[in-house]
Amino acid sequence: MAQTGILKSSLAKKYAMAATGLFLCLFLAGHLAGNLQLFTAAADGGRQFNEYAKFMTTFPAVKVLSYLTYFSVLFHLVDGIVLSLQNRKARPVRYAMERASTNAGWSSRNMMLLGTIVLVFLVTHMQNFWWQMHFGSVPMQQLEDGTQIKDLYSVVAAFFHPDNGFALPAIGLYLLGQFALGFHLWHGFSSGFQSVGLRHPKFSQIIGGLGKAFSVVVPVLFSAIVVFMYITQA
Amino acid sequence: MDFTLKIWRQEGPQEEGRMETYPVTGITHDMSFLEMMDVLNDQLIRDGQDPVAFDHDCREGICGMCSMFINGEAHGPNRKTTTCQLHMRSFKDGETIYIEPWRAAAFPVVKDLAVDRSAFDRIIQSGGYVSVNSSGNPLDANAIPVPKDDADEAFNAATCIGCGACVATCKNASAMLFVSAKVSQFALLPQGQPERMSRVQRMVDQMDKEGFGNCTNTGACEVECPKGISLDNIARMNRDYLKSQVTGE
Repeated sequence: MAQTGILKSSLAKKYAMAATGLFLCLFLAGHLAGNLQLFTAAADGGRQFNEYAKFMTTFPAVKVLSYLTYFSVLFHLVDGIVLSLQNRKARPVRYAMERASTNAGWSSRNMMLLGTIVLVFLVTHMQNFWWQMHFGSVPMQQLEDGTQIKDLYSVVAAFFHPDNGFALPAIGLYLLGQFALGFHLWHGFSSGFQSVGLRHPKFSQIIGGLGKAFSVVVPVLFSAIVVFMYITQA
Repeated sequence: MDFTLKIWRQEGPQEEGRMETYPVTGITHDMSFLEMMDVLNDQLIRDGQDPVAFDHDCREGICGMCSMFINGEAHGPNRKTTTCQLHMRSFKDGETIYIEPWRAAAFPVVKDLAVDRSAFDRIIQSGGYVSVNSSGNPLDANAIPVPKDDADEAFNAATCIGCGACVATCKNASAMLFVSAKVSQFALLPQGQPERMSRVQRMVDQMDKEGFGNCTNTGACEVECPKGISLDNIARMNRDYLKSQVTGE
């Protein structure tokens, strides 16, 4: 075994960064698939969406996945900070003249900044919805069979309603968060594969293309949902 | 051609450094960048000043000694070119040119533009060799089949001259391109197989000990490398290191 071991080496930190990052990409795809119901949720008063929300917060297998997601976010965050601090230390004196844009893309050079914006968005986002669903007071919705479920849809609809004074700034922050997420993924998706050594002339182009498509489609659809919610309620 | 040079001057490893401005005149477009530096140093010596220290040796692009960060780029603005193979025709007459040493904690400045790159030597010493007995083999070397693609890739990796441009240009001062080239040149060939796993472990461990930064896959190293070493090598090293940790070899 290596003298420094798997948890200490620079490569191990990159494996962890890649594994958590790629897992969070799966989470994003799942989260988006669920949120797409918001396009049609007004038709049944949000019932289907609320049942889905109940399933996602109570089904045991999903619970396990959600804890894995919390862990991935925290590990990705802490690992990213450790790597950034080490990288700063590796170049104590900066160049007087540097033309970084000639040899590397903007997003690849600003992952920490983009990740920080995503984090700020994530904290407000979880406070607005996740916290309300788990610990806040959510109105109840009565189903035909008499059972009552948490009406998360009404919380979401009210939040992005033009009558809510904070709706526009919240949508602004939402769009900024999605913008940062898109650029973070633009580099991060394919970078994750490179970090674990999954690179081959035959499929690297496919991974690259898939990463670019994912980084555009996911944030655009998330953004479209909140803009749709605001406009249709105006 | 005339130029204004802004050059990093530093008397020694422990001294404070600073950028200083020097005009040079009478440069011809077919001079190499190092010949332009020779003209400057000639002027400085005639004026009784200390000449600018910089590394150079073969001056034909194969030794890896020259190491200047010119106008914000390792080895200057041209691709797949070492500083010694860069010519003044690549600059505009009257241009201001910034000249700095490689910047990395693992490459401390010795004097002016000369940096100590012995960290690379220690990485090679840690595992960049084949120590299994490959002589006295009853099988002739030519009888061991090596796929052409593997031979080509190993050769491409072996063209790394160890100049350190990858470290200098990486925003994290990471040495991954250099180390991965030196790992790959053996990982792809039969004589490299017996020590393949221990080699990658020892070389990565030494790289970390030297204080290089972590790779964030920006790809800047591949662009600035004067020998065009590919990121494929970094992926191969990532793969081999992971495998060596999982199998515990």
